Amino acid sequence: MDIFDILGPVMVGPSSSHTAGAARIGFMARTLLGSRPLTARIHLHGSFAETGAGHGTDRALVGGLLGMKPDDLRIPFAFEEAKKQGLDYTIDEIELPDAHPNTAVIDVDGEGGTHLLMQASSLGGGRIMVNKLDGIDVNFTGAYNTLVIHNQDENGAVAMVTGLLNQLGVNVANMTLCRRKRGGDALMVIETDQHLLLHQVDFLRHLEGILSITYYDKEDDDDGSQFDA
Amino acid sequence: MALNSMREIFDQMAEQRLAFWEVVLAYDVDERQVSPEESKAKILLTWQAMRDAADAYTGQRRSLSGLVGGDGMKMRQYNLRGESMLGEYVSAVIAEALSMAESNACMCRIVAAPTAGACGVLPAVLLPLDLNQRQILEALYTASGIGAVIAARASIAGAEGGCQAEIGTASAMAAGALVAIRGGSGEQIGHAVAMALKNLMGLVCDPVAGLVEVPCVKRNVIGAVNAVSAADMAMAGIQSRIPVDEVIEAMGQVGRRMPVEFRETALGGLANTPTGRAVKERMQAARKR
Repeated sequence: MDIFDILGPVMVGPSSSHTAGAARIGFMARTLLGSRPLTARIHLHGSFAETGAGHGTDRALVGGLLGMKPDDLRIPFAFEEAKKQGLDYTIDEIELPDAHPNTAVIDVDGEGGTHLLMQASSLGGGRIMVNKLDGIDVNFTGAYNTLVIHNQDENGAVAMVTGLLNQLGVNVANMTLCRRKRGGDALMVIETDQHLLLHQVDFLRHLEGILSITYYDKEDDDDGSQFDA
Repeated sequence: MALNSMREIFDQMAEQRLAFWEVVLAYDVDERQVSPEESKAKILLTWQAMRDAADAYTGQRRSLSGLVGGDGMKMRQYNLRGESMLGEYVSAVIAEALSMAESNACMCRIVAAPTAGACGVLPAVLLPLDLNQRQILEALYTASGIGAVIAARASIAGAEGGCQAEIGTASAMAAGALVAIRGGSGEQIGHAVAMALKNLMGLVCDPVAGLVEVPCVKRNVIGAVNAVSAADMAMAGIQSRIPVDEVIEAMGQVGRRMPVEFRETALGGLANTPTGRAVKERMQAARKR
């Protein structure tokens, strides 16, 4: 138990699950997209659909996509900000079997032809869980620094990446591997205790067999958001 | 160590010869592997965020549903006219609780304590006092330690334990904080927590249209005023006949047995009044547009 889960987070209201968590989901989608989002189709499930408008869930998701953290005072004005920044978005409702009541699906295209399809849920207290990435089941929370790596499903890909992380002095806290079919493209989600530097992520990006890589840097203490776990 | 019961904190106080707040500080230092200075800096940032939130209140903002906004300013003006039946301090506590909870409903920046819906209670009892840095540390560590114990033994989520888990916990945190800064003993902090929780036990979570607005904003007032009374009783030497950890257990039990209609589902209580239902229908019509 972190006492700053009791006293905190510092956030824009009204709800840690429906507003702060939603902003973090949007922010996570922007980060994993890896470039500026241009068009986003946002689908709300369960309580997000039922009470999202009254809680500003829609604004928080769009704000997150624009790079706002949960304590960003611009969240209530995220729709206006999206217009300014050239983000086209649609928001509608979706019914997902067996999904957490506070779930959003974000289907987003970004600059340079990037695309991301992410399903994530807000667990309460501002904590989130990413459930699916591009149709592949995952589960990670953003409580750690997170590498999301699409790679060719080949011998040694995992060893290569984790070996390099080891050389960088980066400890792997959690790791999941998934693939659609043998020899196709695979997905590695690696949660690390230490922060990675941009050029280190770039180095990994240029390794053979790595199709794409995005990196989520865990929210820091010093931004005042108090989310650091 | 863990913050699993008030008794554990009392024992640590005796063993280590520490104040209540210092035990919680030591816990945070251990838990997050930070220095005491880093821990204090972080909690003081939290305090600054509470102060900034209070300073930013103008009474002009309205919530997305339009149900909430402006009442904190009404209360301030009433107090300034000298019409309040209460003394200066408690009148200010009421105005602050309304203002902070409204700020939350109106998408301003606040500090969840322990939740966003109950964010007005703790700052409401502290902000009107002229506190020095040491008192701020005493108050905030004491409050977060109390909240952590309740989270571990019962619940701090309305969806799990009703409003007693949110406003009740916030009230207990605030009561303990007040006793701490007034130099009360650990036992007195425990009695204040017990009395604050007992007086709000059974309170249901019944938000109109599922929004953190009605009755949440005004429940912050009862949480804050209840905290002041519990702290004053404890400082007067009045004791809770039921030990504090047993009260927390009982509160958790009441929460678990609470019908689902009264746990944030907006199916019972005030949410299920004709007016409450009409608000929900209005919000849903807006959703379909």
